[in-house]
Amino acid sequence: MSKKLKKRIKRVAIGAAVYIVAVLFQTLFGELPWFCHLPLFLAAYVIIGGDVVKNALRNIGRGQVFDENFLMMIATVGAFFVGDYPEAVAVMLFYQVGECFQSYAVGKSRKSITALMDIRPDYANVLRDGDWTEVEPDEVLVGECIMVRPGERIPLDGVIEKGSSSLDTMALTGESAPRDVAEGDEVISGCVNKNGVLEVKVSKPYGESTVARILDLVENASSKKAKAENFITKFAKYYTPVVVICAALLAVLPPVVLGGGWSDWIYRALSFLVISCPCALVISIPLSFFGGLGGASKEGILIKGSNYLETLADTEVVVMDKTGTLTKGNFAVSKVVLSENVGNTGIVAVKPEDISVAAKSDDETMGREERMQAVLLQLAAYAESYSNHPISKSLLAAYGREVDVSLIQDAQEIPGHGVAVKVGNREILAGNEKLLASRDISFEQADEAGTLIYIGEDNRYLGYILIEDEIKKDAEKAIRDLKASGVKKIVMLTGDHEKVAAKVAENLSLTDYYAELLPGDKVSKVEELFTEKPEKGKLAFVGDGINDAPVLARADIGIAMGGLGSDAAIEAADVVIMTDEPSKIARAMKISRKTLAIVKQNIVFAIGIKVLVLLLAAAGMASMWAAVFADVGVAVIAILNAMRALRA
Amino acid sequence: MKKTYILEDLDCAHCAAKIEEAVGKLEGVSKSTVTLLTQKLVIEVEDERAKSIYKDIEKIVKKFEPDVEVVEK
Repeated sequence: MSKKLKKRIKRVAIGAAVYIVAVLFQTLFGELPWFCHLPLFLAAYVIIGGDVVKNALRNIGRGQVFDENFLMMIATVGAFFVGDYPEAVAVMLFYQVGECFQSYAVGKSRKSITALMDIRPDYANVLRDGDWTEVEPDEVLVGECIMVRPGERIPLDGVIEKGSSSLDTMALTGESAPRDVAEGDEVISGCVNKNGVLEVKVSKPYGESTVARILDLVENASSKKAKAENFITKFAKYYTPVVVICAALLAVLPPVVLGGGWSDWIYRALSFLVISCPCALVISIPLSFFGGLGGASKEGILIKGSNYLETLADTEVVVMDKTGTLTKGNFAVSKVVLSENVGNTGIVAVKPEDISVAAKSDDETMGREERMQAVLLQLAAYAESYSNHPISKSLLAAYGREVDVSLIQDAQEIPGHGVAVKVGNREILAGNEKLLASRDISFEQADEAGTLIYIGEDNRYLGYILIEDEIKKDAEKAIRDLKASGVKKIVMLTGDHEKVAAKVAENLSLTDYYAELLPGDKVSKVEELFTEKPEKGKLAFVGDGINDAPVLARADIGIAMGGLGSDAAIEAADVVIMTDEPSKIARAMKISRKTLAIVKQNIVFAIGIKVLVLLLAAAGMASMWAAVFADVGVAVIAILNAMRALRA
Repeated sequence: MKKTYILEDLDCAHCAAKIEEAVGKLEGVSKSTVTLLTQKLVIEVEDERAKSIYKDIEKIVKKFEPDVEVVEK
């Protein structure tokens, strides 16, 4: 709470106390003439609303007439003249309480949102002339070496030269699991170093580092305003003058036309003035949007403007890239299949003890088939242990144990075919169908989507291993959530083979897919989808930002995945998801919908109550108390409602 | 060029809108955005006006909200 606000609250509290005394005095000695009560009420009024009157007068001097201070002054001073002293002071009191509350609420949400994005590094420890010097992050040059101690924030993007540690990426991604890094790994600014001392060679100047780009994006998010926000700005521009003119007419016309009753009509007109401020809307609508953007960034979803919240909420068609979005873009063993003859004769392991270790660690005995599969994987791993191919690496990763190279006598790589190694007195073959065919080994061709590695031993066929691009863990949930949130069509675009695409689309139960597309084809496919979709529904494209920029730009809303590290994605997309989780798309939509629901509630509620009370006041059925509620009460309720957007 | 100012203690939405409009009408300013919640004024201004613009902005801000301080960022 600011000092200014504290002072104000104190003053209002004192004024409120004086006001209570005045009211008590009036009830006890009601028969005394008016000039006995007036001084106490006046004292309370000056203590509570002195600054409002002062501001109003000052602003008139500057040519600013129709501001809220002026309106409150006219309304309350008018009430004094009509003889309603308690109401005059009460209106001012409630107005002030409301103002204090507004300042408090806005200040508080401002703080909590900026705290979310508190990733700005304060300094960098740079090595210059053999010494570590503390400098501003933007003074560090590319190629210089910086030191990051445990607990410090990494100030610039770079590559680790020395040391290893785990990094807390929470503030960037919303991901709570720390990320382990070691020498040679790239690190991203904004992460917090948790345990080891790191020496990092800077690869980008501060202005282009991740942290600066993200901050820039978040800070500029509020400049792209949603339709609802622009509506409110326009509404506010006309609302106040219109209500004030109505008030003036109400005070003058009826008494002149109908004759008499001046004070009654002036009282009604004053009630109008009390309601004439559109504060409830002007503050709560931007606050809701701001809260929505803040709540999303807390979960690692950066949205570049509140207008995109509106688009996200109306999304009916989601077009997704496959690799990097729904799948991990790496290769992993997904299936080990034994040939029929192995079922009868079995396979001999290269190193049996490694196989039984695996069985024991699972705390249950391995079935025979399971054991045979493990052996097949072991043979494949030994065969591929000399190769650097990504497929060999995924085989070794699936095997998961050390390969004892001393057991391998001879290894031979046959380009375009595969590998052949000698282990003990046998030869193990691993490769495509051409390899087995060239050795005249008979085998049945498998009908699978993905990369197949056939394994042979001397002259018999043992089975095959299927290697596939892994579907992301949360991809299924992502699709389910999208469907549940009203997305009618989920289409996958990929440059990959038809068979692979079909399998992914079926596993995830996507609406449709298009395979074997060139990057240019993706744009025309999206164009096609545009013509098919209903007028009102929006089309979102989700990609990892690599080769996707034209499609990201063409879609109603472009969503980039895995924003960490991909500059192109951060540039081209409207929404950046910092982690690799596609389920965040549905999350972003949910946050958007909630925010928009809050916005609508506030607009309908605030305008509804105000119009209702205006009508009642005109008819003489609403007191100034109702008017104060319509102004301050509505504002307070709308702000409280707006703050819900932050807790998405 | 783009310039950012912090409007310290700005807490009136009405005034924010008025400041935004008035600054946007200044000579050499092509775009002006005030965000109440970040207390920021971001303008797009011609390079040769960039130096002299601060005084004009301060004048406008003081006119609508005398208690607000304009800090160049």
